[in-house]
Amino acid sequence: MVTMNSSEKAASKACQQGPSRDNSKCIKEEKEKDRDKKENPTASLPPQVQALMSTIPSPEESPNYLVYKKMEALIEKMQDETTGVPVKTVKSFMTKIPSVFTGQDIVAWITRHYSLDEAWEPVHIAHLLAAHGYLFPIDDHNLTVKNENNYYSVLDHPPLLSRRGVGAGAHSTPPGCTRASPYCPHNVHYLIVSWITRHYSLDEVWEPVHIAHLLAAHGYLFPIDDHNLTVKNENNYYRFQTPYFWPSNQWEPENTDYAVYLCKRTMQNKARLELADYEAESLARLQKMFSRKWEFIFMQAEAQSKVDKKRDKLERKVLDSQERAFWDVHRPMPGCVNTTEIDPKKLSRINALKAKRLRQCQELILQHNLKNNPIVTITNPQESEEEIQKKNENTIKENGETSQTNITVTCFPTDLPTKTPTIEQQIDTAKRQVSMLRARLERRNVRLSKVHDMLIAYCEQYAEYDPFFTAPEWPNPWLSDATDMWEQEKQSKEPLPLRRVRRWSFSLRELLQDNCGKEHFAKFLSKEFSGENLKFWLAVQELKALPVRRVATRAKEIWKEYLASDAPSPVNIDAASRELTRQKVESGQADRYCFDQAQAHVYHLMKSDSYSRYLRSEMYKDYLNGSKKKTSVKGIRSIVSFTARKETSTN
Amino acid sequence: MAADTAVTASPEETLESLLREAEALKQKLEEERQKLNDVTLKTVGEKLESLQLPALKMRRMLKGANSKVLCTDWSPDKRHIVSSSQDGKVLVWDAFTATKELTIAMPSTWVMACAYAPSGSLVAAGGLDNKVTVFPLAGGDEEPAARKRTVATHTSYMSCCLFPNTDRQILTGSGDGTCALWDVESGQLLQSFQAHAADVMALDLAPSDMGDTFVSGGCDRAVLVWDMRTGQAVQAFDSHDSDVNSVRYHPSGDSLVTGSDDSVCRLFDLRADREVARYSRESIIFGVNSVEWSLSGRLVFAGYSDYTACAWDALRAARVCVMCGHEHRVTRVQLSPDGTALSTASWDATIRIWA
Repeated sequence: MVTMNSSEKAASKACQQGPSRDNSKCIKEEKEKDRDKKENPTASLPPQVQALMSTIPSPEESPNYLVYKKMEALIEKMQDETTGVPVKTVKSFMTKIPSVFTGQDIVAWITRHYSLDEAWEPVHIAHLLAAHGYLFPIDDHNLTVKNENNYYSVLDHPPLLSRRGVGAGAHSTPPGCTRASPYCPHNVHYLIVSWITRHYSLDEVWEPVHIAHLLAAHGYLFPIDDHNLTVKNENNYYRFQTPYFWPSNQWEPENTDYAVYLCKRTMQNKARLELADYEAESLARLQKMFSRKWEFIFMQAEAQSKVDKKRDKLERKVLDSQERAFWDVHRPMPGCVNTTEIDPKKLSRINALKAKRLRQCQELILQHNLKNNPIVTITNPQESEEEIQKKNENTIKENGETSQTNITVTCFPTDLPTKTPTIEQQIDTAKRQVSMLRARLERRNVRLSKVHDMLIAYCEQYAEYDPFFTAPEWPNPWLSDATDMWEQEKQSKEPLPLRRVRRWSFSLRELLQDNCGKEHFAKFLSKEFSGENLKFWLAVQELKALPVRRVATRAKEIWKEYLASDAPSPVNIDAASRELTRQKVESGQADRYCFDQAQAHVYHLMKSDSYSRYLRSEMYKDYLNGSKKKTSVKGIRSIVSFTARKETSTN
Repeated sequence: MAADTAVTASPEETLESLLREAEALKQKLEEERQKLNDVTLKTVGEKLESLQLPALKMRRMLKGANSKVLCTDWSPDKRHIVSSSQDGKVLVWDAFTATKELTIAMPSTWVMACAYAPSGSLVAAGGLDNKVTVFPLAGGDEEPAARKRTVATHTSYMSCCLFPNTDRQILTGSGDGTCALWDVESGQLLQSFQAHAADVMALDLAPSDMGDTFVSGGCDRAVLVWDMRTGQAVQAFDSHDSDVNSVRYHPSGDSLVTGSDDSVCRLFDLRADREVARYSRESIIFGVNSVEWSLSGRLVFAGYSDYTACAWDALRAARVCVMCGHEHRVTRVQLSPDGTALSTASWDATIRIWA
């Protein structure tokens, strides 16, 4: 089955390394020419400007690029001749399909490579690789394998569209027509999903969900499988994308390129190159948009298709499919995820940084020119202006979204000689760094083993309050569809559940966080005649949360109430703190933090003194017993000892 | 001492000696750290029983946002959620019944952050408009949008915001590299926090006794702990290899978990002043967008750009559960206030509730 003649080799080579592709090369060459044009003037620029230019965020730093690189490393391993995924040429009835591998191959390889034990994970990774266009399903419906593929073979069948002209003809066919074609009836997909569920006899585990997800994401609305960049763990065939088209090359294909591509496909009179619905619509739209230069686009497409015709048949098949997959990534069909999109947060940062750099460049150039070379003044600012326009240009993409490819960069001004800060600034930063480091050295840090023990102890203590580990007293509303739990909590009817009351003993913070706990503690304190401490603490907490215009007045009130010499409910704090607070309050600029020290003092007092007495008091114990008697303990019994240590560790 | 020589030495020499001193200090710090580095969390964790967590299942799906959901926040009433999305809409959902209750249209698209006030009667939202706008939900016959008030304005996009235990103040993080505390009523800037060298991506308030510290993570790969009273950064962690996208305090307030574009989540401990654990796998190659704790601090949830979210056993650093279903990047994972459910928001325009 696997035989290689020379043309096959050429085809597989095309797959591995990226071919001598004249047609699409035009695009790239133009791009490169553009780049040359941009770079040439920079060569004549002063060194500062060149240095500055080099700090213009480059795509290599973008978070997307980080992921691209990781994926590409993986793809390169996959393409290894001995240890990679076996790529073969498959012969079927009358035709040969060059350089392909199956979904099963790729899934098995990923499982082996990462030694994964869960079945969903390799499929998921392969799916992501495909979504980014590194590998893609080939659209040959003859080759789908039997049994389960009865359905898929239908799916894989590209709906045969009515032959369409380039122009307004696309609009004359109502879109509903092709949707209703016998090749993509909706019920087929439901059959698939239910079939998968039946087949694996799973109800809600990952598998039917995941496969259904793949289908739902791409198949329901536009079941044209060849534009669907997904991988299924089956015998369907896939092909690797040539590195030339990998997304890390930061392609930012323009609409004209897309128009040429679509136009070319209408010229090549082949079934496999037939335009899909959405592509035909795009073509019509593009033609309207570029009506003035359509002739030029048409000529370019003609030239490309002529070059294509000279190629070997198999090589052409591979190249066609790769080019198609490229556009599937950059102009995904409606409903598909556009993987070239970038997080707007990061995008907006890059844009801002770029604009700033370019502005700086321009200023430098201007200065430089004024000083040295009046002749350059005429040309260079223009050049850089063009550049700015070029870079800031947000080409509107075919689907109406703003083009975002290529621009995101994570750039870390700390690493960059951005503004070349003055020596004083550098000294300042260094000084700050040194003092920060000194402070860190002085810090008393806790031993790691102790930290781990504390982390584990916390988990043990709170496992009982974590609904993921211990069932709450009332059924979890999200599981039971009953809201009893929330109602009970709102009413906080006595006696409170034991768990809740017990929690008050964990820390003063827990006690004060619970309104019932706070009340009970206040009752206890007033019995002890030290209620003003809590009242003061709460008053200061409230002060911090006030709108700024009421802070000064309220601060004075608090001072009069608790700290002044004739205060009605005096709080006992040390003289130094009182003096400090007095100065702040009387200066008339009392801010939210003027009682900070006093508050910290009082809190410490409550924590070390009143709180521990509260926990030992009969009052708390009675309250605890009250809830113990009345609330059921069934929830508590069900606690699993989830941080129990293994037997061996106790020895 | 470097400081003494500064008087006579040229600025270049001063700088050099300072840098040398910094290097020496760094080395010493590392040595000190090694002394305390007696055992790793993983070895301790391995002595624990492995976690048998029943797989989290999707319980609700909130559909009806027309574009990418960028941020969500739970209401203190434990059943409502506010979400903000790319098309400039802020939506209030009753997550329990999976219905949309309120739609607020913002003037600009890409609303990157939204937050519920502790009282549950206000929401704040903002994003590419560089502003935070507050909308009252309850009271009055007018639409919330008509009673909106712009509170804060940054010089770049607003990436994250939260109410620090009060309806009267808002804490924001921005693309201009600063965090800021604002008075809601007057829109006055109460305190600005400047030390990040690049965009601030995430904020979280410390669950401490007084609630006066918070933490921020940014594109300079740094995680900074701030004192709200002084406006100074008091602690810094910088071992990530890429942008820090999310940071959350451990419920005890003594540790932090962070998620980054380097596809690793890290556990930093404030008491040990260092990284104590890492949550990653070779097969996870996409970045982390959001992290969250379970109530007991045993589970760390993470949402990834590879369309999945998962739960890690924080003590054993092992993955215990994966939530598949989203069809695009997961932008936000958040635990409901009573810990009974986890919400995930995604660019696929849905919010899902897992329990």
